Amino acid sequence: METDTITAISTPMGEGAIAIVRLSGPQAVSISAALFQGKDLNEVDSHTMHYGKIIDPETGEMAEEVMVSVMRAPKTFTREDIVEINCHGGLVSVNRVLEIVLASGARLAEPGEFTKRAFLNGRIDLSQAEAVMDLIRAKTDRAMNVALKQMDGRLSKLIQELRQKLLETLAHVEVNIDYPEYDDVEEMSHEMMKEKTREVHEEVTKLLETARQGKILREGLGTAIIGRPNVGKSSLMNALVHENKAIVTEIPGTTRDVIEEYVNVRGVPLRLIDTAGIRETEDIVEKIGVERSRQVLKEADLILFVLNYGDELNDEDEKLFEAISDMNVIVIVNKMDLEPKLDIERVKELAGDHPVISTALVKEEGIDQLEEAIANTFFEGELDSGDMTYVSNVRHVQLLKQAKQALEDAQNGMEMGVPLDVVQIDVTRTWEILGEIVGDTVHESLIDQLFSQFCLGK
Amino acid sequence: MTYDAGHYDVIVVGAGHAGVEAGLAAARRGAKTLMLTLNLDLVAFMPCNPSIGGPAKGIVVREVDALGGAMGKVIDKTHIQMRLLNTRKGPAVRALRAQADKPLYIKEMKRILENQENLTLRQAMVDSLIVEDDEIKGVVTETKAAYYAPTVIVTTGTFMRGRVIIGDLSYESGPNNQRSTVSLSEQLEELGIDMVRFKTGTPMRVNSHTIDYSKTEIQPGEEEPRSFSYETTEFITDQIPCWLTYTNEETHKIINDNLGLSAMYSGAIKGTGPRYCPSIEDKIVRFNDKPRHQIFLEPEGRDTEEVYVQGLSTSLPEYVQNEMMKTVPGLENAEIMRAGYAIEYDSIVPTQLWPTLETKKISGLFTAGQLNGTSGYEEAAGQGLMAGINAAAKALDLETLVLDRSQGYIGVMIDDLVTKGTGEPYRLLTSRAEFRLMLRHDNADLRLTEIGYNLGLIPEDRYERFKEKKRLIEEEKKRIDKVILKETDEVQAVIEEAGGSKLKDAIRAIDLLKRPEMKYEHIEKLTPSDVNLPADVKEQVEIQVKYSGYIKKALEQIDRMKKMENKKIPEDIDYDAIHGLATEARDRLKNVRPLSVGQASRVSGVNPADVSILLVYIEQGNIARVSGE
Repeated sequence: METDTITAISTPMGEGAIAIVRLSGPQAVSISAALFQGKDLNEVDSHTMHYGKIIDPETGEMAEEVMVSVMRAPKTFTREDIVEINCHGGLVSVNRVLEIVLASGARLAEPGEFTKRAFLNGRIDLSQAEAVMDLIRAKTDRAMNVALKQMDGRLSKLIQELRQKLLETLAHVEVNIDYPEYDDVEEMSHEMMKEKTREVHEEVTKLLETARQGKILREGLGTAIIGRPNVGKSSLMNALVHENKAIVTEIPGTTRDVIEEYVNVRGVPLRLIDTAGIRETEDIVEKIGVERSRQVLKEADLILFVLNYGDELNDEDEKLFEAISDMNVIVIVNKMDLEPKLDIERVKELAGDHPVISTALVKEEGIDQLEEAIANTFFEGELDSGDMTYVSNVRHVQLLKQAKQALEDAQNGMEMGVPLDVVQIDVTRTWEILGEIVGDTVHESLIDQLFSQFCLGK
Repeated sequence: MTYDAGHYDVIVVGAGHAGVEAGLAAARRGAKTLMLTLNLDLVAFMPCNPSIGGPAKGIVVREVDALGGAMGKVIDKTHIQMRLLNTRKGPAVRALRAQADKPLYIKEMKRILENQENLTLRQAMVDSLIVEDDEIKGVVTETKAAYYAPTVIVTTGTFMRGRVIIGDLSYESGPNNQRSTVSLSEQLEELGIDMVRFKTGTPMRVNSHTIDYSKTEIQPGEEEPRSFSYETTEFITDQIPCWLTYTNEETHKIINDNLGLSAMYSGAIKGTGPRYCPSIEDKIVRFNDKPRHQIFLEPEGRDTEEVYVQGLSTSLPEYVQNEMMKTVPGLENAEIMRAGYAIEYDSIVPTQLWPTLETKKISGLFTAGQLNGTSGYEEAAGQGLMAGINAAAKALDLETLVLDRSQGYIGVMIDDLVTKGTGEPYRLLTSRAEFRLMLRHDNADLRLTEIGYNLGLIPEDRYERFKEKKRLIEEEKKRIDKVILKETDEVQAVIEEAGGSKLKDAIRAIDLLKRPEMKYEHIEKLTPSDVNLPADVKEQVEIQVKYSGYIKKALEQIDRMKKMENKKIPEDIDYDAIHGLATEARDRLKNVRPLSVGQASRVSGVNPADVSILLVYIEQGNIARVSGE
């Protein structure tokens, strides 16, 4: 009945030894087989599990070590072919696998869609129909709420602005079509349209690069540990790494082999920036100089600023406070076991709204509080919605990518001299996609725009 | 007491643009059809602008023609000028517009009606419908003639409780001082049909002799022979121009000073008017920063001196109409022959209709045209045609026809009306169509002729010509797909002349045609066909090849839409029994009663979660049925 293959992460987000990406549908096996290095999944028996690697077909690189279960229809939950990819727990790895699966032709499942399919295919008893409906209702409303709430207010506003810009452009094109003999409206030219699509494309590209959560999900939360020498930066790092599962990745192609370490703190993927620098010299500022450290600070999504309880504040500390004042900062007052010399009141004053955590890292004290603070900054206290936060964000990234593609199609069309009313197909598509992000694709608004913007009447 | 005046399969009430197409289509399908009109001298009368076509609307006329309708053929014979619009834009938005010779149009349409087999044309005022147990049985005229039929199509336009308003003058009337219809409207309301009040208007007509055309700009017709009908072979080359002038600050001041006298602004008019066709008062109030507005002077025919003052639609008192005209260049001494007026009328809420245009409430009762909340002759004709096809189907137990949004503007319009309803007189716009690249002016025949033929609306000889055209298009596409053009001097010269960049390698002719600057004539020059291809075949080859990438995208979109359209909702579905539907969605669905999940998803107030729930519920029924077997 259903022709497409759906996928989603079917384990709760956050900690956990494993996370599962599940696929259901006619191409579940073939999609997985194409990504899987190991046995040919197309050939394996039903209801068997296999060890291997997921390879990103775009780069040819290994993305994840996995165990894959293959279950063929009809003896499955949905009565369709199901494949479950068991990955390491934590957002980063499982998200990579999901992205690869999505890029290979599966569609992101709607909330409750596995259950819905199970029901539609007769797997679930009829008496459970109402429960399914409740589920769809609850999940969708929830997803919508979460999606809307989670979205940075600025982002939402920006997308609305972009849509308005597109809508005005579209209305312009439409007016010229529907009222060709009216000279009241300036003819929309290729140049104007190019200009508008370029502007929107630029913004969408920027959004894709910076959309906070999307970026974090793909790359981890870029985290810089800063502080004067000997305040305990490397202890902090070790504590984070040892407490949590770490994934060390070599990133080739940069000027030197930067080693980035991923740690999973309560489901939040931290990407520790320039940890090599810290390891070698114990002091990022000292080693790479002020300019470079500014750069590092710029790239960071989160700054862990470590102070020594046993030292007085000096000019350097004050300067650092100044440099990071409008960033996402957690101030860590370490070495609480030492004689207090630090003016803790002054620190709190300088820290402003940023949380201040006290630790004694060598004694493994205060780590819990720190981890909680990290989780709080990321989820802003809304972690309870679990997978929905996650899904809605991947959805946004997916939609933004589609929007970008549609804009590029429009630009290419104009480049080739395709008439505007044809190019307009791709612009309208962009407008609709952006509308899906903010939950609004009502077509009528174009017509409203038309008549509010122009005086018409032939 | 009534007398039995005869029995028919289909009765059409009204002979406007909807009525005539309805009657002709029903008769063509073999239904014994009666058409009743208030005034036989005014069949297919144009009470407003003397023109047919334009963007989207012009394409509807082509669609009507491809389904055997009359509008295209008649305007082809009776226009005073015709132009293809949007020629500098892409193929999807080109459209014809003709300036009509109004009296001639009536004469020609009447001739066609009189000569249509199975069709009886009669002058009568219908007073009431005969309805028994929510089923239509016939109509009764004011002369007490009772006509019986299992289907009745009401196409009474703006006549339902029509009220004409000029300044503070207001009187019961249909357009152009014809009698309005009151009892029918009251009866429909009694039968439980919801009505709304809409408003429209028309400008003054002035005497051509009193216009100083030297102060205006000429708007000539095109010399290129054009036609709406795919069947037209004789073209009118002797075209009459229109003229363009403008309002100015002085005009606007007069209007502003007298705004309180306008029926629109004095509160005399309650009905909702169309935004796309505003009165001059509206334009000046809503867009008060515009220093001038266009006015087109359009002759109403070859043998009349009346000129339609397009752009000055108004309900201001007659003396103010005179005053404001004096300020307009060219119209300083113009004499009004008929004053502009606004008209208010009842129209039915179209969500009460099935997509066949049959009312949900009363079996066998169909409505079409302006009565359904639309405006425009073409919108009316499109609906009339469909109502005629489907009423005949119901009466004779034939196949019905519902066009979807990918098949025609007619489909877009009817789906919009019956699914979303309309808050103002509805006009078709190209922007209402999601798949407009597929709904082109040039391919209406390719989209619909086959359907028309299968329904008995298209005669055999026309169908043969159509099939031949289709064959030629396909063969020519195949041929140029096989031809390889080498980078010879001749080829390079043609490409350079067209403004393209030279070939680096040999190329298939079809790929060369895909380049934006290349036209079919270039390809023809390089590799002529053995067959002498007609111009419309060449045009099709060019468009289909050139936009194949976009067409493919559109087809994929259509496929996605069709998936949802094909999921049918049982007619007897009980929305109250569906657990989990949001209240607003439940109310809207109960009201509209969509026939497919696709249609349900377009009902306003129904969100994706509701659609999922609906899907689950319907599948639940299917599963129950399967397991119950």
